[in-house]
Amino acid sequence: MSITLHKISKQFGTFKALDNINLEIPEGELVALLGPSGCGKTTLLRIIAGLEQADQGDVFLKGDNVTDQPVKNRQIGFVFQHYALFRHMTVFDNIAFGLRVKPRKQRPSEAQIRDKVHSLLQLVQLDWLHDRFPDQLSGGQRQRIALARALAVEPSVLLLDEPFGALDASVRKDLRLWLRHLHHELNVTSIFVTHDQEEAMEVSSQIVVLNHGKIEQKGTPSEIYDQPKSDFVSRFIGQTNVFHIEDDDHGWLKSTGIIVDDPKGIVAHVRPHNISVEKTADPANSPVYLKDWQHLGGTIRLELQRNGNHSPATTIYAEMPNEQFKELALQKGEHVTLRIKHAHWFN
Amino acid sequence: MSAMNPSFSHRAKPLTLNDSAWVRHTLVVISLLTIGLFLILPLATVLIAAFAKGWSTYAASLSEPDALAAMRLTLLTAAITVPLTTVFGVSASWAIARFEFRGKNLLITLIDLPFSVSPVIAGLIYVLIFGAQGWIGPWLSDHDIKIIFAVPGIVLATLFVTFPFVARELIPLMQEIGHEEEEAALSLGASGWQTFFKITVPNIKWGLLYGVLLCNARAMGEFGAVSVVSGHIRGLTNTLPLHVEVSYNEYDFVGAFASASLLAGLAVVTLVVKTFLEWKQKQDLKAARQAAE
Repeated sequence: MSITLHKISKQFGTFKALDNINLEIPEGELVALLGPSGCGKTTLLRIIAGLEQADQGDVFLKGDNVTDQPVKNRQIGFVFQHYALFRHMTVFDNIAFGLRVKPRKQRPSEAQIRDKVHSLLQLVQLDWLHDRFPDQLSGGQRQRIALARALAVEPSVLLLDEPFGALDASVRKDLRLWLRHLHHELNVTSIFVTHDQEEAMEVSSQIVVLNHGKIEQKGTPSEIYDQPKSDFVSRFIGQTNVFHIEDDDHGWLKSTGIIVDDPKGIVAHVRPHNISVEKTADPANSPVYLKDWQHLGGTIRLELQRNGNHSPATTIYAEMPNEQFKELALQKGEHVTLRIKHAHWFN
Repeated sequence: MSAMNPSFSHRAKPLTLNDSAWVRHTLVVISLLTIGLFLILPLATVLIAAFAKGWSTYAASLSEPDALAAMRLTLLTAAITVPLTTVFGVSASWAIARFEFRGKNLLITLIDLPFSVSPVIAGLIYVLIFGAQGWIGPWLSDHDIKIIFAVPGIVLATLFVTFPFVARELIPLMQEIGHEEEEAALSLGASGWQTFFKITVPNIKWGLLYGVLLCNARAMGEFGAVSVVSGHIRGLTNTLPLHVEVSYNEYDFVGAFASASLLAGLAVVTLVVKTFLEWKQKQDLKAARQAAE
């Protein structure tokens, strides 16, 4: 195990930021710590780094208990949301910093430092910026320099705090894939914090979902998406339609394919792509009609309105491929029949 | 009117510029007159009076032993107080900007105390503590330790009036800059001292110099607090400002104004350097804000 957290708890005043966190992260993984703001994910990352002290519990890096070690002895690389580049130093000096502050015996020669910095600059594809100052760079460039600086000391663990949070949407998209590929190349165990589930799905090999200082679920992006363990995870990862069995119209639910005779819980969560939409032969008896639809690129999102007999009107979201939607040739306001292909049940 | 004149409305100038010429000129003239009357004229008078009997009298009165002793004492006081205030200022602003602790607001308030207390009171405090009739005065005289009417008293009184300068300057600056860069340095393996000297100091250097400069000007120019504790012993406990007063009272006008001209020169140099540092510091703050965006 590259990183092991054992019973980590942290309190800020009366606010419980982390509550008994146990987590093991194997060597070479790229893990996303995912959760809404205030869930404790950044605090957990800072505790791993040693920038924050846990109230209770132990942190192990590569099997060594580093709980009482200061950050400088932990051999971690930390990338900050706002880059934290040294503003009075050039890009070159920023990256060289970690090498130059080493004790004299371990410090490489200036020539070695120069080679190392240039090879890192080539790795992040910004060698031509070596003599610039941070305020002359764009956000995306700053973040890549910050990453190169963290990598210069050859950390055993790379920690990234909302690394794409301060960037424009288009730059963010590029950097996500770039980070994933870079990780494949370097294979250094990495954890990054994000509140963006799409980002977590796209970049990481493992996702840890946090809520209210507790781990809700840990797994690969597919596991998290296809087998959410809790109501929270299901709602937080991707869009989902929620049906309350007790409150809902059993007759209607049955007609859509939800098994209400033997329910596996009291709430059914249905992903938009697990709802199939068909033209109805009997419009008079169908309570559901197409209210609106949006083009999401390859797929179409359908906004379906259901007028309940005794419940207020609800909106159901369904998604289908572009071509299928064209074949269906639905008009706004047209009544449809729904089939629910798959649901997750929660209590 | 400005709406009819497009070239005017294009410029984003403050509305006050639309005031009539009469108002504008009056305000400018009042400001210039005030500065002339209360700043330029006295400064000129000091120089005129100092050189009233020619360059050689001026030089002679400055090289007189008592004047030289006053200069030495002023420099010594500054040399002791400025480093101490700097260390205090950096530690206090570091503590306030970086940590949350009980009594933080009290500390911030207390740092401002010397600004709100009359310097004479500051001097009296030390007389009441260390003076012959003071709390520990008898014990001090038993052990032959002189504080009041001696150099230690002068240094203490000067410390009291100058200790907010550096801290006041650095607290807002360090709060603005934040501590991510320092955390980054630590995560890269730098020690606490390396982080301080390679990251913190370069980031705050202009604000620090600004504070040191103001502190130095005050340390050298302080009159009230020092006057109470000094005892005005010529050649021993007179600082330059006290020397000016003593000479003047003894009708040695050239001597008084010659010494005063040194202090005035210090003030002018301070003003010029201060303007430069303010400009530098503004740039740093701007950079800090940009980096935080």
